[in-house]
Formats: sequence, C-alpha cells, structure tokens
Amino acid sequence: MTRITLERQLGDIQEDMLVMADMVETAIERSIIALKNRDVDMAKEIIADDIRINDKRYDIEEKCLELLAMQQPMAGDLRTIVAILHIIVDLERMGDHAEGTAKIAIMLAADPPLKPYIDIPRMADIACEMLRASIEAFKLRDVEAARAICNRDDEVDSLYDQVYRELITYMINDPKTIERATHVTWVAHNLERIADRVTNICERVVYMVQGKMEELNVSKY
Amino acid sequence: MVDQEVEVREAEAPYMRPILPVTHSETSLPGLKMGAVTAADPADEGSVLELKDLNVFYGNFQALKDINMSIGRHRITAIIGPSGCGKSTLIRCLNRMNDLIPSFRAQGEVLFEQQNLYSRDIDPVEVRQRIGMVFQKPNPFPKSIYDNVAFGVRINGIKGKMDEIVEKSLRAAALWDEVKDKLSQSALALSGGQQQRLCIARAIAVEPEIILMDEPCSALDPIATLRIEELMRELVSTYTIVIVTHNMQQAARVSDFTAVMMMSEERAGEMVEFGDTREIFTNPKDRRTEDYITGRFG
Repeated sequence: MTRITLERQLGDIQEDMLVMADMVETAIERSIIALKNRDVDMAKEIIADDIRINDKRYDIEEKCLELLAMQQPMAGDLRTIVAILHIIVDLERMGDHAEGTAKIAIMLAADPPLKPYIDIPRMADIACEMLRASIEAFKLRDVEAARAICNRDDEVDSLYDQVYRELITYMINDPKTIERATHVTWVAHNLERIADRVTNICERVVYMVQGKMEELNVSKY
Repeated sequence: MVDQEVEVREAEAPYMRPILPVTHSETSLPGLKMGAVTAADPADEGSVLELKDLNVFYGNFQALKDINMSIGRHRITAIIGPSGCGKSTLIRCLNRMNDLIPSFRAQGEVLFEQQNLYSRDIDPVEVRQRIGMVFQKPNPFPKSIYDNVAFGVRINGIKGKMDEIVEKSLRAAALWDEVKDKLSQSALALSGGQQQRLCIARAIAVEPEIILMDEPCSALDPIATLRIEELMRELVSTYTIVIVTHNMQQAARVSDFTAVMMMSEERAGEMVEFGDTREIFTNPKDRRTEDYITGRFG
C-alpha cells in the first residue's frame, strides 16, 4: 500500500507554501526599499500584492482541508499538514506587516527622512534571513536549525530597542518630529513582529518532526 | 515468565461445542472472585487482563511472539495491523477460543483478575461466559429476536424476569426501539447492522465483564458501522471492550488504547507498539507504526 495521491498532493501543498514564503520575503524587502527610496509607486504595488499573498493563503488552506477530508492523513503526514496550516497564517500576517510598512512609506514619502535608515534595513535583512532559514529547516525537517534560527530573534529585538531609543531622543529634542518618528517606530515594530513570527514557524517545524510543541524563544516584546 | 504451557488436543477438549459468547454475573469461575461489574466511572480503573510473554503456536508454526500488554478496565482497546499479523489469534487467546483449533498451543500467561486463563484448573467454557465475543459476520440463531437474546440466559439456568433481561439487553445494544414490536419475528429478517447489534445484545444479556469484537463492522455499511461505534462508546461504561479492526480510522475513532501488530521476520505476529490511541495516531514512536498508519506499508 503506497500513498501516491497523498504524497503528490502533500508535495504540491508544500511547494505552494514555499512560493508563498517567497512572496512574503519579497514584500518585506521591497517595503524597506520603498521606505528608503520614498518610492510611492513601489509601496502601492506592495499593498496591491498583499491581496495575492492572502489569496495564496486561502488557496493552501483549502487544499489542506481537502487533503484532510479526502485522504485521512495520519501521524507524520497529519502533523505536516497541521504545521502548514499554522505556518501560512504566520506568513500571511508577515505579509500584512510588510503592507503596513508600505503604507507608512507612502505617509513618509513627502518629507525627508529624520536620519539615514541603517538599523531598520539591518532588522529587515535579519528577519528575511531568519524567514528563509526557517523555510529551509521546514524543507529539510531540521530541528536543530529551527532552534538555532530562533536565537537570532534577540538580535532583532536589540536593534528594535536601539531604534526606539534613538527615535525617542529625536522626539524629545524636537516635538515637530513626533509624527514622523512615530511612523518609523511602527516600521521597526513591524519588523520585530515578523521576526517573532519566524520563531512560530520554527516551533511548527519542531512540532512537525518531533510531535511535541516547544516554545523556542520568548521574545522580549 | 513462561510458567504455563497448555497443549490442547481434540480428545481432551470436551468443551469443543459451539460456545455462546455470553455469561451472567451470578456464575463464577472456580477459584475466581468475581468483581461486581457496576456501571462505570470512566476514570482509570486499572487493568482487567494482563498478557505476559504470551507465545502461541499452531503446530510448529509460531503465530504470536512475546506479547505483553494490559487491557484497561472500562476502556476500548483496539488491535490493528496488516493481514496475517496475528490480530485475530491474539483476541481469540483472550477467551480461549483458539482452544478449538487442534494444533493450538499457548505459552505464557493471560491473567484475568490475577488468574491465568490457561491454567489447567480453569474451565474455558466459563471463561467464555465471562469474556464474550462478537464476530465479524453477524451470526444470529435462526430463532426469534427474543429467543436469540434469551438463549444464553436460559442455558445458564437463570430463571424468571426474562422479559426484563431481553428488554434491557436490547436497549443496551441500541436495538430496542427498532424491534420492540416484532420480538417474535425471525432474527434473520433483520438488516446486517441490526443483526450485529442483536449479537451484541445476546452477548451482554448475561452480563460479561469483557466483550471481544473481531472485526465487528467489516460486513456492515458505513451508517451501521457508525452506530456500532457509538454503541461501543456507550457500552464501555459498563464493560471492557477489545476490538480487532482492519479499519485504522475506526480504531482512531473508537478506541482508548491501540496495539499495533506486525509480522516478524520469522513470520510470527509481534506487537510493535501499544499505547494511548491519540499518541499512536498523531505521534507514533515506532517507525513501523508510522509506516503502517500513514499507509506506506502493509
């Protein structure tokens, strides 16, 4: 007894999830470029593309439900599908955070930046690396890699602290900067949330492989 | 611990007559204290059967190898595994039904309330009265519905209140409402699902402690199957149930504990994993269990 149909459908769903993760990563990267370059057109594209990310999520969810109903997967197969169902929610929310950043990029585009963006792009780079690595850990069923990725969340958290303190200083020194500085804080917060959601993905990888939930890194925020 | 060996030969087996899978609480095995089977706190009530190093042979062929397990009281224990892995042999060991096979030989212990069912002083007929059985194919007698249920009670010599026992048993088997107006009609006129519930009513009419079910739904349609499964969940508050099934989803739906059997390299049936049904179907420990329940094997 082999499960050719189940394996094919499960393979397709995993492929779809990888595509979705790629869409989300692109959205995160582009949202920071749009912010830095004050590129309103690009920001609008990111906002429009978020609908495609959301559609992808519902498409994958539907396929998972169909597979559960039609193939009655068990044990490791069942855990894989449950892990995917959770991961796509995290990915979709990451997409929403990128969309949020794009909206802020539009709000900030008219004015010159308070200061050159350095820490925020670093936060985005780390968050995207973490996302890529978590998806790779999923593909390879690599529990150790999944655990290691979560440690990087602390780097993102400390960059967030730094950005936050800096922006508070700007606001204290010159209250006219409050609106812009607050918007930039939101961007940093979006990136911090994205990194947190990567740790959720890593937890699902561990669950998928080991059948046990494990909280991997409790974020400071 | 192999301290018992019972070889059953046809000539020494006067009890090899058709056995009714029925019993009554007023009967008792010699030397066995019968615990009153009261209705049921579903909380953990310990084990009712303990299998210790059970090895079974048919002639020179070893059918079961080193089986160790305990059957929880008021729990449903499912035995699953591919064809030929010894599931049916195992369940039939639990009430000595295999004694009917001339070349059958068992080593080890099947402890029922601390007594080895394979001890020489145990009467297998009485074992089967306290540990009832329902078979793959519904097998009502060619008698009326009423007489089917009453039969075992009568041959156990229990008198009086027969109407009450029949009604109670049919109600417990979720069949009463469907047959109460035609109790004198032939049982053979019932549908397959009704016949199987009648066999369950017949088994419980004499209040066994354990009901063994060997593929009880394999001849039934999906709706009748679900009714039997619901019935099992109701019955388990009063009885202990052991079920052999080919249907893994059925084991997952209905049982509390699951035993996974496989054929060893020497072609003897062995138990590869035994545990909480939720664990077995979501996170099995043994690779062979994973392969079997995900359908990669068997």
